[in-house]
Amino acid sequence: MTNIEEAAQRLAEIINRHRADYIEAHLEESQSTYITYRGKELESIGKTSSVGGNVRALVKGGWGFVSFNNLDNLPDRVTLAVKQAELAGGKKIKLAPVEPAIDTVLTEADSNPAAIPLAKKKLLLDEYNDIIWAVPKIQTSVISYGDGRKKSIFVSSPGSYIEQERADVTLRLTAVTTADNEIQQVGLSLGSRGDFGKVTGLHQQVEEMSRNAVGLLSAPQVKGGEYTVVLDPVLAGVFVHEAFGHLSESDFVYENERLSDIMALGREFGSTELNIVDTATIPGLRGSYRYDDEGVPATKTYLISEGKLVGRLHSRETAAKMKEKPTGNARAVSYRYPPIVRMTNTYIEPGTATFGDLIGDIKEGIYAKNWYGGTTSMEMFTFSSGEAYRIRNGKIAEQVRPVTLTGNVFKTLKNMDGIGNDLDMNQGGGCGKGGQVPLPVSNGSPHIRIRHCLVGGS
Amino acid sequence: MENILAQAKQAAEEAEVFMVTAEETPVQFEANRLKHIQSKQSSYTALRIVKNGRIGYAISSGTSGSRDLVSTAVETAEFGIKAEFELPSVTSYPKIKVFDPDVESISLDEMVKLGEELVATVRGHSQDILCQAEVNKGTTSVRIINSRGGELNYKQSAFALGIEGHLIHNTDMLFVGESESSCHPISETRAVTDVVLRQLELAKNQARLPSKRMPVVFTPSGVASALIPPLMAAFNGKIVLEGASPIGNKTGEPVFDKKFSLRDDPTIDYRPESRPADDEGVPSRCTPLVEEGEIANFIYDLQTAALARTQSTGNGTRNSGGLLAPAPTAFILTPGNTTFEEMVNDVKEGLVIEYLMGAAQGNILSGDFSGNVLLGYKIESGKIVGRVKDTMVSGNVYQLLKEITAVGSDAKWEGDSINTPSFYCPSVSVAVKN
Repeated sequence: MTNIEEAAQRLAEIINRHRADYIEAHLEESQSTYITYRGKELESIGKTSSVGGNVRALVKGGWGFVSFNNLDNLPDRVTLAVKQAELAGGKKIKLAPVEPAIDTVLTEADSNPAAIPLAKKKLLLDEYNDIIWAVPKIQTSVISYGDGRKKSIFVSSPGSYIEQERADVTLRLTAVTTADNEIQQVGLSLGSRGDFGKVTGLHQQVEEMSRNAVGLLSAPQVKGGEYTVVLDPVLAGVFVHEAFGHLSESDFVYENERLSDIMALGREFGSTELNIVDTATIPGLRGSYRYDDEGVPATKTYLISEGKLVGRLHSRETAAKMKEKPTGNARAVSYRYPPIVRMTNTYIEPGTATFGDLIGDIKEGIYAKNWYGGTTSMEMFTFSSGEAYRIRNGKIAEQVRPVTLTGNVFKTLKNMDGIGNDLDMNQGGGCGKGGQVPLPVSNGSPHIRIRHCLVGGS
Repeated sequence: MENILAQAKQAAEEAEVFMVTAEETPVQFEANRLKHIQSKQSSYTALRIVKNGRIGYAISSGTSGSRDLVSTAVETAEFGIKAEFELPSVTSYPKIKVFDPDVESISLDEMVKLGEELVATVRGHSQDILCQAEVNKGTTSVRIINSRGGELNYKQSAFALGIEGHLIHNTDMLFVGESESSCHPISETRAVTDVVLRQLELAKNQARLPSKRMPVVFTPSGVASALIPPLMAAFNGKIVLEGASPIGNKTGEPVFDKKFSLRDDPTIDYRPESRPADDEGVPSRCTPLVEEGEIANFIYDLQTAALARTQSTGNGTRNSGGLLAPAPTAFILTPGNTTFEEMVNDVKEGLVIEYLMGAAQGNILSGDFSGNVLLGYKIESGKIVGRVKDTMVSGNVYQLLKEITAVGSDAKWEGDSINTPSFYCPSVSVAVKN
């Protein structure tokens, strides 16, 4: 028996001896490898191993949480969590009911990046770096590769004992170009649920990325203002995550009457063609799992169906408070944090338009591709593209500098008037919320068109 | 630790063991009431070796296999980069005060009371506001020993409190917030709530700006959200070494307005970013980065400094993965002598930026920034008349800071690592949704 199995079994006994409305514990064991390059040279290579756990207790609506990476003194940890919960508590709350589960979920056989020798990983990255540097005018490159494998055990006072394994691979490549006083960069982000094969064979994409970074040096900046924009599936995925996904996380809503009124089920957000889904049930995606960090089975949740708000993402607490079903979206980035409501794999379902249909009748607009990042304040959101082109008279025209787009969730989704037929999931992202970052998620969308989108510029 | 060092010395030419243990107790309020009390304990040990001239690295947290550290470091050293530096043999460090034992003795009850006070004061102004507040205390112990006899030990305390308010009218949302941190306990909530109440007051009315170039006053939090991220990248010795910093070859040249001075300073007593030495045991110092508009220095760790044929500035910092890289400690922007009111009074039509959302997510290497004004106010004939929305601001830090109309006398801390006054810039691109 490993250390964490032993600790989990001890904790399962200890939490039953305590008087609290609910107690759960997480134990976690992980190994990870990272390799980074800056410029022509490898910058660092290293390995990390980690063991830790936490206890979370609920007493009269107050939560106590104790995290540790020393597995001694477990009874004291539980006592402290219960004591803190008592101090924080006031009014009793309910948790949405869930059947206690006893289960073991192992990773797929092809998902053990740790088994691949360091030399092989380094060889692949050397190849990519050589491709970047073979392109003229490259000033520097940044490559950051990471893989990890994690085993976690969840035990709860109602009797759950769930052991889950997961593996993760991420790769981010950036090419930086300079000329005179200009500096430009283009990046490529990929990820997989532990399958190293998904980050191999990217040689052509890496070359395109590097050539793009060169192209940007002579690209002009657009004038700030409103444009009709077409987003590629990668950027549209970031858009759906930022513009709508976060607003559907009900921990923002459940104790906020005004926001609950705004987010009433049935409210119209977009055209009847618009369907938005979050689901952790698709095997092989980075946001997928069988049970969330409260032991709730993963589900497929329609957030928007035919343009109307029909669902939202829940923890057991938010579901009970809003009298809805739990969706299995309580996730913690590691044992150092309590689970909070998070997205998993979020996407816009494909429509019927071809790419040609989407740009065909645009006289003047912007085609924005790839991503730098995005953020939201719920009402307002911004997201930035990694590449951008002008659209003129229904055709993709010259390259321009990457653009930052902004919008208002209540207006922008309604301004989406075209949904492509080419859904693609992007696995290269990580989500941050409440200091918990980067959480593995994936986003996806077909190409989409948005009218009157505000774009920053000169 | 001594055991690990001894084993590592047998397997490699040089070795360094870094160990940090930390404890913190966040008390969190959600939807105006106490919700979570947490206690977090963590520790990790990192081993860096130089074997056959190459760097190997391994890190383990908690009780997990510290015995494997040496073999893992040896395994990675086979592929590691060539070590260009010597570990410091320093054993005495500048006396920088970062520990106040009083922090440990602050009780949970006292922390809860501070949080209640934060929420009550803000709700006293706007009854309908929903607040999230956090009061946090913690201590961190750092120990470094290396094969050249270098040894560092220090303990640091930290205390922080902050509040965010969220006010909703129909689908209009307003966010306000402020926080404060120190190595001393903080017993007064006034400094924080005064800022929040002022934001609420100024945002009461809404106003619209036209799309055009106009004068902009960045408040300290506006400066921190919009202008600092590109500078933090540009002064990083690693980026300079790669030739990817737009100011990397401009030492001694006037790149910014004469009124602009900036330093990196981990030597200020009782600040959370201060420390007697960096994470590889190089003594802390204050590093001037910009002196009256001229580029003075960049920040370095040992390896980067050696490659750049210069000295480490004591900015070697371990990120969450344990990797060492140069990173800023506290960026201090020198204040001027214009008051915030004087700046506003001088503007006929313009914008005050309190927070620019998303500004740091573009091509920050080039100095470009672009973001949504999450909190900002319109200035009309020298007066703030209301909050603006659906407004986007874009610019380039190097162009913007070349010509500054005035620098404020109102310098304050924004988070742990930025201390800045307000900046008044004569012409910035503003785009507004019709």
